[in-house]
Order: sequence, then structure tokens, then C-alpha cells
Amino acid sequence: MSAFGKTSTPYWQALPFALVFLLFFVLPLGLIVMVSFWDYNGYQIIPAFTGQNYLDVFDGCIADLPDLCLTFATYLSTLEFGLMVWAITLVLGFTVAYFLAFHVRTLTMQIVLFLLCTIPFWTSNVIRMISWIPLLGRNGLVNDTLLRLGLVSEPQDWLLYSHFSVVLAFVHLYTLFMIVPIFNSMMRIDRSLLEAARDAGASGWQTVWNVVVPLCKPGIAIGSIFVVTIVMGDFVTIGVMGGQQIASIGKIIQVEMSYLQFPAAAANAVVLLAVVLLIIWGLTRMIDIRKEL
Amino acid sequence: MTGQPRGAAFWILALVFALFVLFLYGPTIAIVLLSFQGPDGGLTFPMNGVSFHWFAKLYEGVGVVDIWAAFRRSIRLGLVVMGLTVVLSVAAGLAFRRRFAGSGPLFFVTVASLIVPSICVSLGIGLEFRLLDDQVNAMGGDFPWLVDGFTTTMGLFTSGLGAHLTWTLPFGLLIMFAVFNRFDRSYEEAARDLGATAWQTFRYVVLPIIGPSLIGVALFGFTLSYDELARSSQAIGDVNTLPLELQGLTTTVTTPEIYALGTVTTAVSFVVIGLALALILWARRRQERRGSDAGQGMV
Repeated sequence: MSAFGKTSTPYWQALPFALVFLLFFVLPLGLIVMVSFWDYNGYQIIPAFTGQNYLDVFDGCIADLPDLCLTFATYLSTLEFGLMVWAITLVLGFTVAYFLAFHVRTLTMQIVLFLLCTIPFWTSNVIRMISWIPLLGRNGLVNDTLLRLGLVSEPQDWLLYSHFSVVLAFVHLYTLFMIVPIFNSMMRIDRSLLEAARDAGASGWQTVWNVVVPLCKPGIAIGSIFVVTIVMGDFVTIGVMGGQQIASIGKIIQVEMSYLQFPAAAANAVVLLAVVLLIIWGLTRMIDIRKEL
Repeated sequence: MTGQPRGAAFWILALVFALFVLFLYGPTIAIVLLSFQGPDGGLTFPMNGVSFHWFAKLYEGVGVVDIWAAFRRSIRLGLVVMGLTVVLSVAAGLAFRRRFAGSGPLFFVTVASLIVPSICVSLGIGLEFRLLDDQVNAMGGDFPWLVDGFTTTMGLFTSGLGAHLTWTLPFGLLIMFAVFNRFDRSYEEAARDLGATAWQTFRYVVLPIIGPSLIGVALFGFTLSYDELARSSQAIGDVNTLPLELQGLTTTVTTPEIYALGTVTTAVSFVVIGLALALILWARRRQERRGSDAGQGMV
């Protein structure tokens, strides 16, 4: 290989890949920021600078306090979902990953069980949401069982198309995003550290809390970022599982787009991006701080 | 830990794991069963007889929606996305083995693409193509043939393809990182020392070694595209993919027909997953069998 070939090779190898992200990711996000400052009327967008779209997003947010404006209320409700889903997927994902990493003894079995968790990820999310209907519906399996056991006197409506079913669906769909990075962190832990902890007299819990959890922090952080950002930007799960009755930022953006109010949608998207980045920044900082201690 | 008797912790964790797997698969099993519901059966248990009635109805089409056209579109797009994901990820994976100007930002953008809310990506791509449409229409004054019959540049294989790639490529690149981290570069050096060109080294040394992992990349490429919904939603134009039609049907169809559709799409996914896993297993075995002729003497 010539000297020239050696230095230029990585560039043309990465070029098509980089072009895809330039054309379909970087440029579109730039256009969102640009259009969020444009004007619009009933049928078209007008390339004239205005900050009105942002004022519209936060319309009444300060003046109406302590009452929450639409934007604040929606963010608060979405954050609530995010926090709940995060807590559940973290505990569940950590437990599953811990079982796979430390209690399954052969590599083959590890791969088989890991695949068992992964396969649903490769199937349709919408179908996986719909598949809760026969279980949680008014005449569903859960209500049937509850009635037959005499635990309730009439079918429960809060099981489906409710906050409960939204959280359930999020956990169902996205716990894997916690399992994979945490499992990955766990597999890197030197097993002799666990032995050392045991030899030093640590109980099982103490080993998990003082050895495994601190060493899994990068995995926990990555998993948390995935889960929280997915919930914050979601509009499909909240839409389908909330019976199209629960608000979310994604839904607001989608509705504005369907009315061709692109600058308004763009302003909302920019605010959403800023909030998501803030959360990611917070999560990564939290870990760095702990590393300092 | 090996060889010791299982403690209580193991059995508790095993139970949690078993329940988690039941939680993952239970609902899907429920709709697969219910899709064989009798003609008078409803959306919930009990089964009112067993039949292929709802599959037959599905075959005739779901109302006004041409579900089979959407199905074919999704398969076609999935295959194209799969091919591009494999080729672009491998090429980029090779590039990232060395430090090059811009490698840091490119990696950052790739990871960001996984994390940025899909609705934002979708909105951005939608805007991009709308603005492009405006440009084309504006140029129609000078070049009338350009806008003759022109509606939009948005489509399955323009904006739709791009939207899907922003979702599949990050997975592809991360897998390639894992692959090349474990790759022993002395094989390549040996090939070069024996006089192989760069292409020959790739084709006859690198590719056979990383081959099984590429099937994994292909699996991600196809299934993630085939089921993609959020990023396509605002960026696909007039035609719909299967997941988009499905989302619409969730509010309108109130018969087990939708379960039959769910069973069919899930079956397609499972066939693809099964095929990919079998291929990986086969490729690994073949590698072990034929990977080394050490100790076999000169032939």
C-alpha cells in the first residue's frame, strides 16, 4: 500500500456512512432549528425571522402560575412516566442481567437466555402493544380472573388505555435497553473481586451493593439514558396504550405537523431536544460526581 | 462459582427471570391463539371455536387499506436497508480502526442518532424534503418539464430510506466495534506479508472471519426497518409501511382480524430471526471446521 493509500483509506471507507448522517440527521436537525424561527400561516411556512413560535410554546406558562400551562403540564406528565419507567426497568433490568451474568454458569446457556430476552426486540412494537388488549381489556383475562376470584365486584377500567397500561407497555418494550448495557458491564467485572468480597466476609447483598453496583455504573448510565430519552420523545406507546387520551410532547408535535404548522412543531421539537440533552447531561454528571467521591 | 450447589438466591432470581420471560412472550402468545378464534369469536378469551376465518378475511384485505401492498413495501424497504446497513457499517467499522480527522464527531453523531427522539428526526427529514419540494417547484418556472406531474421528493426509497438508516446504522456500527475489538490483526499482517493486496486481505481473510457477525448486523438492519414506526411517521410521503398501517388499524379494527395480522407479521419476524440465528450457527461451525489446517501436514 502506498503512503497515500494508507492515510486516505479511512476517509472513503467512512464517507458513505458519514453522508447518511449528514443528509438525514445533522442537516434535518439544523433545519428544525432554522424553521423554528420562521413564520407561518394557514397553508404555508414563511421564511421570515420570528420568535413567536417559542412564545407560543410557553404561552401563559409564567402568567398562569401556579396553574400549569399546557407545555409544563405535558412535560410534567411525561417526566412522571419517565421516572416511573426508569425505576422499574432499572430494578428489573439489573436483576435479569445479574442472573444472566453471575448465576448462569455456561456460556451457551448465557447466549440462549440472552437471546430469549432479545428476540421480542426484533418484532413489531405496535403488535406487542396490541397484544395487551386480550389480557387487560374489560373482558380480558386479568379482569376475568379477578372477578372469578372475587377480588373485585366489577371489571376494572384502569387496566387498559390508562397510565397503568402505558407504563406497563414501556417496561414491556424497553427493559431490554437496560439489560444489555448492564449485562455488558457485569461481564467485564473481574470475578476474583467477588471472591475477595466473600472472603472478606461480605454478605450477598453487601457484595451486590458495594462491588457490583459501583462497577456497573457505566452500564446503568447508558441504560438510563436510553430508557428516559425514549419515554420523553415517545408518541406511539402513549398514543396506543393511552387510548389517544393522554398528552405527550411527541403527540403535540405530531398534531401540529398534521395541521402543517411546521414552525410551531419545530419550536416544540427544539425545546424537547433541549430537555432531553439536559437530562442526559444530568445523568452523565451524576456518575462523574460519584466517581469523584 | 461453578460446581457449587445452587443457593436460594439462584432459585429466586431464576423465578424472576422466568416470570420476566413470561411477561415478554405471554401477550404475544395470547394474540397468536386468539387469531385462530372462531368466526363468532371476539377480541378476548374464551376461544369461540377454532378456525382460519380471520386469516381468510385478512387475505381478502382489511377494509379500504391495501395491507398487502404495505406489507410488500415494508419487506422491500427492509431488504434495501439491510443491505446498506451491512455494507456501510462494515466500511465505517474498518475506518474506525484508525484515528482519522472527524472520527470523534462522527461517532458522537452516530450515538446521538440513537438517543435523539425519533419524532424530532422524523420532523427534520419531513421538513428537509418539503423545502426541497419547494425548491423543485420554484425551478419549474425555468424548467417546466421538471414539475410536470411532480408531487413530492418524499418517498419510500428517499426520505423513508434515510430515516430508517439513521436508526439501523448506529446498531450496525456498535456491533462492528465489538467485532473489530476482538479481531486479531496479525491475520491481516500475515496476509500482507504473503503479498495480498488490501482487497484480497479483506476478501479472503477479514471477511470470512467477521462473516457470522455480519449476519447479526443484517438481522438488526432488516427487523428494525421492518418494524420501524416513529421515524417513518412524518418522513415517508404518501405511501405507508406496514407498521404505519398497523398503527392506524389499532383504532379502527375491532375484530380478531388485527390479531391475525399481528400473527402474520410476528411470524415473518420469527422466520427472519430463526433464519439469521441458524445461519450464524452454521457459519460458526463451518469456521471451526475449516478455519485452521494446523497439524494437517502439507497437502
